[in-house]
Amino acid sequence: MEPAAEPARGRWKFWLTTLLVFAVIGAAIVAPILRKRLTRAARLQQQSEEQARRELIQPVPVNPSDPRVKAELFWLSDEDSSMLAPVAVELPLSSDPVLRSKQVLNTLLAGPVDVGLRTLPPDAVLLSFYILPDGTGIADFSEALATSIPSGIQSEQLAVDSMTHTLEANVPQLKRLKILIHGQEVETLAGHVDLTGTFAVNPAARQSPANPATTPAAAKTGALVVPPLTVTLGTVKLTQR
Amino acid sequence: MLLDVGNSRRFRFLGLGGTGLLVVGAAVMAFAFETPSQTQQTPGASTLPPASAATAGQSGTQAAGSAPGSQTPPGGLNIVVLDPAHGGTDSGARGTGGIQESEITLEFAAQMRRALEQQGFQVVQTRQGNDNPSFDDRSATANAQRGAVFISLHIASTGIPGTVRVYVNSDLPPVKTTNGFIPWDLAQAPFLGLSRKLGDLVQGMLTQHFKGSPDTAQTATIRQLRTTAAPAIAVEVSSVVVNNRTDLDHMAPAVADAIARGVAAFKPLYAMATTSGALP
Repeated sequence: MEPAAEPARGRWKFWLTTLLVFAVIGAAIVAPILRKRLTRAARLQQQSEEQARRELIQPVPVNPSDPRVKAELFWLSDEDSSMLAPVAVELPLSSDPVLRSKQVLNTLLAGPVDVGLRTLPPDAVLLSFYILPDGTGIADFSEALATSIPSGIQSEQLAVDSMTHTLEANVPQLKRLKILIHGQEVETLAGHVDLTGTFAVNPAARQSPANPATTPAAAKTGALVVPPLTVTLGTVKLTQR
Repeated sequence: MLLDVGNSRRFRFLGLGGTGLLVVGAAVMAFAFETPSQTQQTPGASTLPPASAATAGQSGTQAAGSAPGSQTPPGGLNIVVLDPAHGGTDSGARGTGGIQESEITLEFAAQMRRALEQQGFQVVQTRQGNDNPSFDDRSATANAQRGAVFISLHIASTGIPGTVRVYVNSDLPPVKTTNGFIPWDLAQAPFLGLSRKLGDLVQGMLTQHFKGSPDTAQTATIRQLRTTAAPAIAVEVSSVVVNNRTDLDHMAPAVADAIARGVAAFKPLYAMATTSGALP
């Protein structure tokens, strides 16, 4: 009986070794995929926590009957973080420009899936938004927009540009954007970018004949728009501060 | 031609179109403007007959923020106004290792001063120590000079460490001047073209040293530059997020050298603009 038991034990060893080899190979293939999924899940969890906090503070106005459309939102490019890149997001968007502006700005605040590509601080809140008859949108944000944004010319300009580009892509009625912090006009966003004026949105709309107050020099989206000034002969305009 | 009415920000304004610098006596102008009829005009603006300005301007009193060198002969670029951003209670960007933008910009300014002086420029700083002049006070320092460019120094909290970006102000509405005056709030408008040329030249020099930096100057709506009546740029070094502060310290000499060479390369363009009447 001894010679018969030996081959059987040898087969078991062979199959066990083969199984282990396959298990190691399988683990080597699956482990990176699992790691990626775990990282993504962690990001999504972080994202959903931010989203939940924001929804507690101010619910995003969503009407289920609004048609779902592909909105274009601008966050940092994953190839070059000094630039913005459009991301198509399917959202139920209202046809009302005020509601629509709120919806896209709140989605912009919620940030992309990769939180490293966000342009606005996660704890910033859009307190209110309204549109003046001349097409100027007034966006009032919580103080966190100014206090939590990374200080710097580049980061502040990208934050403003992400808002103007996103509004331009989704709210054609808007011509300019004015940013307030907690209901107040402030001199700068976080020490660099000028918030005393308005930023151009939809330059094409502003250049239409229906809008004679167009400022061609500031036609580029995101440029500061200041009403044109003409100094007439015999008078000097002084700025009082 | 530039008019700066004393120390009071309420009455500060700029004049263009002449050939000489008029620095106005604070007491005379304050008296001229302090009448109710002048201050109750359009909110944010008031008017002054040009004759008053001309008369007052001949008094020749030096305004706040002006520095030695204000009487530089016309037609040439001789002065560089360096603006180390932030300071005082405003530390600017802060790194995890305790790096503060306000401290680093001051140290960069010291190195730039040496490099610019070697190129033959006179250097004026908007702050020498840990204080924080207002945006207008910093602009006033530059606006009191003649034949000057303005360079605001910043350290970013984002961006690829080891890169440097130069910014010029975004487009401003064109200012039509028929009597030589422009509003303080749009002082940069007539200089935007020259600012872009200066920005591109300085950025080009910086990019030779710091790979990964842009090839040309970028535009941004920078509050500090808007009220500056001179070719003006902002230079932003990345970043306070470096692991070791010495990484930034090592960048300073090359940044200083590149900026000094960029300004030197800009000097002939400035002289050309002055003599052709393109400059106010």
